Amino acid sequence: MTIRPMPRHLKGLRLGLKQRRRLTHALVHAALLVGVFFMFIPLAWTISTSLKPAGDVYLFPPKWIPDPVRWENYREAVTAIPFARYFWNTSVITILSIIGKVISVTMVAFAFARLQWWGRNIFFMVMLATMMLPTHVTLIPQFVMFKSLGWIDTFLPLIVPQFFGGPYLTFLARQFFLTLPRDLDDAARIDGCSSLVVYSRIILPMSKPVVVMIVIFVFNGQWNEFLNALIYLQSQQHFTLALGLRMFQGESAASWHLLMAASLLTMLPVLALFFSAQRYFIQGIVFTGVKQ
Amino acid sequence: MMMVPARAAAVRRPGRWRAWHRWLRRNCDGWFFASPWIIGFFLWTLGPMVASFGLAFTEWDLITPARFVGLENLRTMLSDRLVAQSLQVTTIYAVASVPLHIVFGMALALLLNTKIAGLRFYRTAFYLPSVLSGVAVALLWRWLFSTEFGLINQILACVGIQGPSWLGDQRWALPSLVLMSIWGVGGGTIIFLAGLQGIPTELYEAAEADGAHSWQQLFHITLPMMTPVLFFQLIAGVINALQVFTQAFIMTNGGPNNATLFAILYLYRNAFEYQRMGYASALAWVLFIYILILTLLIFRSSTSWVYYEGDIRRG
Repeated sequence: MTIRPMPRHLKGLRLGLKQRRRLTHALVHAALLVGVFFMFIPLAWTISTSLKPAGDVYLFPPKWIPDPVRWENYREAVTAIPFARYFWNTSVITILSIIGKVISVTMVAFAFARLQWWGRNIFFMVMLATMMLPTHVTLIPQFVMFKSLGWIDTFLPLIVPQFFGGPYLTFLARQFFLTLPRDLDDAARIDGCSSLVVYSRIILPMSKPVVVMIVIFVFNGQWNEFLNALIYLQSQQHFTLALGLRMFQGESAASWHLLMAASLLTMLPVLALFFSAQRYFIQGIVFTGVKQ
Repeated sequence: MMMVPARAAAVRRPGRWRAWHRWLRRNCDGWFFASPWIIGFFLWTLGPMVASFGLAFTEWDLITPARFVGLENLRTMLSDRLVAQSLQVTTIYAVASVPLHIVFGMALALLLNTKIAGLRFYRTAFYLPSVLSGVAVALLWRWLFSTEFGLINQILACVGIQGPSWLGDQRWALPSLVLMSIWGVGGGTIIFLAGLQGIPTELYEAAEADGAHSWQQLFHITLPMMTPVLFFQLIAGVINALQVFTQAFIMTNGGPNNATLFAILYLYRNAFEYQRMGYASALAWVLFIYILILTLLIFRSSTSWVYYEGDIRRG
């Protein structure tokens, strides 16, 4: 820091370094708190709505604290639609997708990070290129394919493709594998271990962070997935939560308090996951977003 | 397999098949582990893309056999007012939301990078909304935008402003969706924040020693060093913005008067409501080529504004 001598007549006006820093920090806090306010207000309003008696939803000026707090809204919401059924369906799809993605993504990433094979670089480039590919181009032929397989109105079109890796997560896992020390797999190779053993006994046990990241991303994606569910699931007993909420909206346009209760219940697992694994959320997003 | 080889080759190069065998053995592990993605690539990406391209030249309702119609779909598209409308809506949305996301995301990241107390709280608070998505969030915002009892208009009414009917108003529906998208700005912020923390501190120390103000440091160190991240976010943002579906489907269903007819929504309608598979495939390809051109343009422009460390700057 260069310190320039200050003209004498200004000396009283300038703030000291410490005071200036304190002022900047106060301003930063103020700006951030305004931001936080706008981030939270939609959720706060939703929670408030979901706990109000039907009549209070349409009051002006709006009442922020529900009085009386009506927890029964949640019970009514889950009985107004077959919520448990939808919840189960969504869980089945999500869990099987997670299993498929974790296995396939770590396998492919292992091949890209640790094995030498003909075509590796070309396929890696192709995989990176498919990241840029908008998913809608393949929508119709995939539909035709699944239709001819007789998979319409089953969970299969939503689950089976998850067993074939995916560019973003594979890239994420590959970047992670590259940071793992090679000595261990070299030692195992010298002892005559096969790739399968290196993968399952050495690489995977060291990869907890990246596996957790994959679980989180797939969970979040599949739990909220809408377009494919809309296309493939037709009978109500196969609906996911996303489709069920949409039905609910159509049926009871006026009961916003129940609709908000159902929406919040749908978001709850994601919120729970977010708060229990926030560190991994952030690591994952950073890994894919910055370390290109 | 081993029995078939032409005798001539075996005679000429006796070691050839052994070498071939060794080569296979050396590679088979890699192929095995990469096979999920390689098979998936042909099965779910390349194959369907080729099929979609073929379908674009047909007329097909899934019931009667597909009929080859040449460039008929393209001709129909040129006279279909809704195609132009959907591309326009999608483009306006991208042009409005992507820069907003980058500016707000970056500004927030800069604020969060000031070593203040409570960083973890702020980071959580800003990041949280961006992990929520899908139908539940779309419904939440539909309620906020509701004309008479929605929170936004209630607040406006408190200060004496009669709010528009947002999603029900042709002029406000698309801006409403842009506004809503800003709620998810925190995802970008986290990435920017990580990028900011990766800038070597020596640069700032050197600048400080040279007497650079914080604004000068921002424009001559921080922003240039962040351009690769900004570039990545720009590309990802554009590709995502051009694929909006759920919000439009749930909140406005393309209306009012097609003001929020996003391209994917129009594609969905043609394919799955009107059963025009050929036409929808043609739409998909047109949108794909459109995204490709935009991405290429951004890539081309990047040489003049994206700074990579170790690069020798030209001009």
